[in-house]
Order: sequence, then structure tokens, then C-alpha cells
Amino acid sequence: MTSKNRPAAGQVPARRSRQAARAAASRETIPWSLGIPALLAAVFLLAPLAGLLVRAPWLGLPRLLGDSQVLDALRLSLVCASAATAVSLVFGVPLAWVLARWQVRGISVLRALVTLPLVLPPVVGGVALLLAFGRQGILGRLLDEWTGITLPFTTAGVVIAETFVAMPFLIITVEGAFRASDRGFEEAAATLGASRLTIFRTITLPLIGPSLLAGAVLCWARALGEFGATITFAGNFPGRTQTMPLAVYVALESDPEAAVALSLVLLLVSIAVLAGLRDRWLTTGGAR
Amino acid sequence: MTTNPSGGDLVIAGTVERGSFRLEADLCAAPGDVLGILGPNGAGKTTLLRALSGLEALTTGSIHLGSLTLDDAATDTFVPAQHRPVGLVFQNYRLFPHLDVRDNVAYAPRVQGAGRRQARAAADTWLERLDLTALATRRPHQISGGQAQQVALARALAADPSFLLLDEPLSALDAKTRLEVRGHLRSHLDQFPGPVLIITHDPLEAMIMADRLVVIENGRVVQQGSPAQVASQPATQYVARLVGLNLYTGTLDAATRQVLLDAGGTFTVTLGDDDAASAPEGQPRRPVLVGLRPSAISIHTVRPAQASPRNVWQGTVVALELLADRVRVQVDATPPALVDISSAAVGDLGLRPGTSVWLSAKATETEAYPDPGTHHTS
Repeated sequence: MTSKNRPAAGQVPARRSRQAARAAASRETIPWSLGIPALLAAVFLLAPLAGLLVRAPWLGLPRLLGDSQVLDALRLSLVCASAATAVSLVFGVPLAWVLARWQVRGISVLRALVTLPLVLPPVVGGVALLLAFGRQGILGRLLDEWTGITLPFTTAGVVIAETFVAMPFLIITVEGAFRASDRGFEEAAATLGASRLTIFRTITLPLIGPSLLAGAVLCWARALGEFGATITFAGNFPGRTQTMPLAVYVALESDPEAAVALSLVLLLVSIAVLAGLRDRWLTTGGAR
Repeated sequence: MTTNPSGGDLVIAGTVERGSFRLEADLCAAPGDVLGILGPNGAGKTTLLRALSGLEALTTGSIHLGSLTLDDAATDTFVPAQHRPVGLVFQNYRLFPHLDVRDNVAYAPRVQGAGRRQARAAADTWLERLDLTALATRRPHQISGGQAQQVALARALAADPSFLLLDEPLSALDAKTRLEVRGHLRSHLDQFPGPVLIITHDPLEAMIMADRLVVIENGRVVQQGSPAQVASQPATQYVARLVGLNLYTGTLDAATRQVLLDAGGTFTVTLGDDDAASAPEGQPRRPVLVGLRPSAISIHTVRPAQASPRNVWQGTVVALELLADRVRVQVDATPPALVDISSAAVGDLGLRPGTSVWLSAKATETEAYPDPGTHHTS
């Protein structure tokens, strides 16, 4: 009886270890050598946000945010970031399509150069913009001579600076999507009588919809936070070129409480964007 | 729908070169014809379809539809897919995933200038005709493969094409659905007034759907003819294997009715009627093909007595394969052969791989016909 119930020697440890392995597999235990750095990274990323929330002058917030200069900066930031995104969509999407589809020698060099602003320090971008579109710049001088329009230190200059820095984010996202998209659908549309432009509008663009949205959001967020190129090319004039990041920087010198309050507003805007796009971007777009 | 006025014979005579691959196409389809394009993978069938539909340009030669020039390398004429009166049903259908079934079918009328309401009405007509109305608001991923095939056909027909091309229309379907859809498809194709080309690598499918077969191998048309003709007198090993025939190439001596086989051995043969008539004078020896049905060959363990004129040769069993009602025996011999016998006979003869056997076939079952590969007169 007992000998029957008792498992043979050597069987117990084998079974136990197998059970342990099975449990480990289903739980996915994390080795400490990865877990500890991961924890530190998470703390490092979240601590400043927590600091912002803890030290925010919650009581003085209505007064600070009611200040017309803050409202101006917020309005200017939203308008300019949206305008920069719109400009990027109108010109960047066609450029992304050309980069993805035009098979000529040198196109990869063009692609690398076009996405250079991704890695270029924004201040350098601002200086370069001055040399191109400034009053004495190679293009700016012509623009001034022909139309009398000057871009530096204007709201339009803010949009230009933000577009320069943010458009590459849209381009690389959308270019990758164009490259990966199934050309078969476009061929099918062609056999049904659609022109190139109609195919682009009715087939190509809708099929890369999630990537287009992801690229536009990245672009908008990058434009919203733009500092270096903006202050270099457009200056820091309240109501005209002083966007939120610039206002935060200035406030930090004169009124640190206000700087915290402004930062909080930018943080809330960012969180709102993330939350609003959670389903469409973080899952669908992020998985691509 | 009215018949497109630009109807007429679809004629292609030209080549497409892409890298090291070269397709030589020379064929004609009249309005109402259903042509089956049969060939192994990589033979150039899809390239042919792409050239006809305007997704690819000819390297040399031309494509005409009636009096309309669709492509002519000599005069640098090329009508792109967008402007060709073509209906193309792709192998994997390529239904637009972001549009529902109705808008997929309405796509062609819409891009050709119809208003949204008008295009949808046209789509509804086609959906009704193909019995798909219930699916109108579904997305492509919500319908079955057989339904997708029908929707793809409706979408192509809604463009009011003058000729119709179908690339492996049934290959993406499971066996049961394939049987159902094949019937539907055949009846819709019969109603289509213009030329129809169906690409397939399934000979049965080709024979059921098509009035005429065109066999393409290695970028060349190797045989054209009625399904029955292709099945009984295959021109190449590929087709012979598809229809389950033993096929041998050889040289016929018309006087003795002996064929010296390229694979070794000699057969005494019967000459087909048309072959006897067309035998060129003063050319007693000429290349021929010899077709031999596996069921026309007998298998023996001892040398059979010589009675009526027949061919007897020796070999070794290589493999046995159980088919539905018989056993196919693969025999390594000179020439090699596939032989069909009853499973009872396998037991009686004690056949197994390695068994030494004698094969025999009556001369009346061994038919020789001209090799179209060497007598290419199309």
C-alpha cells in the first residue's frame, strides 16, 4: 500500500522542479539584475513629475494662470504648435511619400539630410534658420526684397522654427508607413481606373492612418516643447513669440512659483494628449 | 451595364524582360472566350497578367484590344492600368480593408466620375447580381474567403471592363468552398461578353472553367488547345504529370512505326489520325511525343508471352502509392513508367520496392503525336 502510493525515489525532485519551472514560466519572474535598474529608471523618470505635483503652488494657481501674460503664452504655444503640425502635414507627408517611393540614387542621402534636425541641437537649428530666412539670410533677403516680409522675431518665425524641428518626426514616422504599406492595394485601385492622386487620397493615406496620426502627435508635442530654435530665430517677445517653454524659462528667474505653475500646465496638456490618443496611438500605432 | 464599345479580340504578341526572367507571350482571346492559362509557379503567368492589365510594360511587341493599341514597344505607346478597360481579380483579392463591401464595389464607378449616391447604386446592382447584398456593410475582414472572391469579382465587373483577368481565383479557398465558388464563377464568366483569361496551376480548374487552355512554362507558351486535347496529348512533362500521363519524347520512323525514345528503349506505336495526315513528305524520321496512360500498362513478374503487337520492357519497382481505387506503381526502367493496377493485383504479384518486373503496353494504347516544341507553327 505505502510502497504503491509513495513515488519511486528520484521522481519527487524531478516533478517538483518541473512544477517550479512551470510556475516561473507562467508568472514570468524578473531577475534582480534587470529588475533593479528597471526600478531606478522608472523612479528617475517619474520623480521630477512627482516633484512638480508636490511643489505646485495649488492655492495661487488660479491667480497665476489668470495672468494675461500666461494665457497669451499658452494660446501662442497651442496656435503655433498646431500651425507647425499643419504645415508639416501639408509638406512633410508628400516629402515622406517621395522619400519612400522614389527610387533614384541619392535619395537615401536626401533622407538622412532631411531628418538631420532630429539630432541637431535646436539652438544650432535656430542659427541655421537665421542664416537662411533671416533678413540677411540667403532666402530671407530675397523674401524681404520681393514682398517686404521678414520672418525672424515674428509669430510666423515661431511657426517656422517649430516646423523645422518637429517636421522630421512626422516624416520618419510616415515614411516608414509608406514603405511598409502593401502596394497591391494601389495596383488594384489603378486597375479600377483611379489616377495616381486619387489612389494617394483614397487608398494610400487611409491605409497608413494610424501612423499618420502617431506622426502628427509626435510632431505637435515636439513643436509644443520647442525652445532652442524658437528663442534663437524668433526671440522672446511676450504676446508675439513668447511660447510656454520660453515663459517658463523667464519666470524661473523672476517668479519661480509661476514657473512651476506654467510647467504644470504643460504637463497637463501632455497628459491630456497621451490620454486622448491612448487607444489609437499607444496600442495600434505603437505596435507598428 | 452596357458593353464597353472598345470590345474586340485581345491580342498579345511580345516579350517582357525583368532581370534574367523573360516571358514570350503570343496569344489571342476573342470576345466570349474563356482562356485558361496553365503553368507551374514562376512560369510567367502572373507577369502575363500584369502586362495585359498595364501594371507592367512590354519590352518588345504589342498588345491590342480590337482596334485599340494598349501597348506597343515599337511606337512607345503605353496605356497604363488606370486607362485600360480591364477587370483584374487578384490572387488574394486585394479588397480595400478600410472600405466596406459596398464601397469596395462602388470604387470603380466613383473614381471614374460617378457621384457617391450613383456609385453606390451601381454597386448595389452588382451586389444583387452576385447575390452579395447581405454583405454590403461588412468590412473585408468580416467575410469568408469565398465571399471575398465574389466581392473581388463584383468590384472588377463594376468597372465595366472590356476584358477580364483572374489570377488564381480559387487558390486561396479551401477545397469545399472552391467547389461551390467554381460553379458560381463559371456561370458569371459565361455571361461576360468580353475575353476572359484565368490563371491557374490546377488542371482540373482550368478544364472546368476554360474553353481553351494555354500552357506556359519557363516564360514560353508551350501548348495551346482544347482541354480535351491538352489532356490527351500533353506537350510537356509538366502537363503530362498534371493529367497523370506517362510522356516520352522520341524519334519516329514512320515506315516501321517504331519510336526510338530519348529516355532509352523503343516503342511500337499507333499514329494519330491528324498526325498521319500532317506527316510531311520526305521526312520519314521526325521528333514525336508518346503518351501512355498508367492504366494502359500491364505489370508482370515473368516475361509475358509475345502475342499482339505490343511493347514489353523490364524494370524495378521504386515506390507504390495508394490512390482512391487503385495503386500507382513507380517503375524504374528504360523508359521509366507509372503504372496503375488494382490493390488486389499488388498482393497477387507480391510487389514491393525492389521487385523486378516486366511491363507491357499494347501498341494501340501507345499513341504518338507531333512534338509542338519542335514543330512550332502557331
